[in-house]
Amino acid sequence: MRLNWQRESRWMEGEGPHSDVVVSSRIRLARNLSHLPFPGFMTPSQEKEMARLAESAIQRDRVTNVAGKLELIPLWELTELEKQLLVEKHLISPELARARGKKAVILSEDEAFSIMINEEDHLRIQCLLPALRLEEGWEKSDALDDALGEELDYAFNEEKGYLTACPTNVGTGLRASTMVHLPGLMLTRQAGEVLTALTKIGIAVRGLYGEGTEAQGNFFQISNQISLGLSEEEIIKNLSAAALRLADQERQARELLKQQRPYFLEDRVGRAYGILAHGYILSSQEALQLLSDLRLGVAMGFLPLTLGKINQLMVKIQPSYLQLLYGREMNPWERDVYRARLVREFLKEAA
Amino acid sequence: MLCQRCQQKPATVHVTKIINGQKSELYLCQDCAKELEPQLSFSLAKFLSSLLDQISEPSRGEPMGERVCKKCGLTFQQFQKIGRLGCPACYRHLASQLDPLIRRIQGASRHRGKVPCKLENRKRVRLEIERLRDKLQQLIAKEEYEKAADVRDRIRYLEDCLRRQGCNL
Repeated sequence: MRLNWQRESRWMEGEGPHSDVVVSSRIRLARNLSHLPFPGFMTPSQEKEMARLAESAIQRDRVTNVAGKLELIPLWELTELEKQLLVEKHLISPELARARGKKAVILSEDEAFSIMINEEDHLRIQCLLPALRLEEGWEKSDALDDALGEELDYAFNEEKGYLTACPTNVGTGLRASTMVHLPGLMLTRQAGEVLTALTKIGIAVRGLYGEGTEAQGNFFQISNQISLGLSEEEIIKNLSAAALRLADQERQARELLKQQRPYFLEDRVGRAYGILAHGYILSSQEALQLLSDLRLGVAMGFLPLTLGKINQLMVKIQPSYLQLLYGREMNPWERDVYRARLVREFLKEAA
Repeated sequence: MLCQRCQQKPATVHVTKIINGQKSELYLCQDCAKELEPQLSFSLAKFLSSLLDQISEPSRGEPMGERVCKKCGLTFQQFQKIGRLGCPACYRHLASQLDPLIRRIQGASRHRGKVPCKLENRKRVRLEIERLRDKLQQLIAKEEYEKAADVRDRIRYLEDCLRRQGCNL
């Protein structure tokens, strides 16, 4: 199995509505087949059967009309680095990369669609787009779900909706989320307050790689907490409204900083650029923090770079991408040296 | 900075733990982080089961933990331990203990979203509509109009679902 690891994912393009604050939007639908036990209880042959059913479903015209050509990638045929790379590109969860057994992911050519097979549920249909595009993501996922649902017999009951391995996903099986960049709210120390307010209206806040991860580089994921009792459209509308509100708050904070502390933001962005363009040792944590400053600079028009370039760098500085790019395994110190080199060369070329 | 555990290798992993509102931070090297991982990672299963312990008081006269899914054999106690169900049929067979939990975590107990377009599912929805129509008649006969209105809304919703799937009733 050859993984097309250098391919750019759709979300990395960067541009779109409210892209100055919203990095990407994700729709995820949890689906299960009625005749098989949930993945945690499947035998290896049942896991294989599931992967086979999914693979045959994605060949159908109805499915390819919606999603284009889809390819099933058996994760058991990939190296650890390649699996980690898929996590770094936000195409699969860390859990799926770690798991043993017959796990797989289905990717569309632009990597906007990724379907995890045999993760916590049989299918996790995902659509990941740049900027704030939750409605579009929902329309696309809904259509793909309908097309797959013609082929596959989903576990569903009239009262509880789509049945999932964990009762926290039952009902619509829908988790909508957006990745937001909040340096202004962090710098003005309002982030805690604003994010806590969100949790009170049924919205969960998480770090960069989803469940159980920490917020790095001022990036946060916000998502709906509840999956039952509301229609998909209502869930999406609520989350979109929250993301819009958050973007407003963030812009106000940036404006406030600009007015009250002249040159503070420009200086911060300039210093970040200086270190990134000229440093020789760069940890991933430092790189992410500096890229966060750079992203702010691009969003505010201080730097002649694009958000797409920033997104590319966000992926390229990750451990697995680095090791795949330079073609060898590295210890953390070596990675820091190669990371600095990659960023220096990237910025030189982009300038 | 050196790893706080082995004090030998450089720290590359940063762990933040929040236990009962107390925040503690840990800087570890890759190897120590790997060894400690099972202790450090947040377990949804454990969280769910502790939630379950708090809410699922044994209901009157019914012995706890005797419920078992007739299809996959999962007991409710096992579910409490791992926080995951065994198969779709668990929702039916463990309903008496599962439903209160679902209401608690979801704040609702009825699906209001889309319905799969496959024939078998449509059939099931049609059956459900018939069942509800009977129930509606009974409620009207008993003059329980408030409940009847709920049932009528539910029927309309399901009919609407079928219509959206492009199928004639």
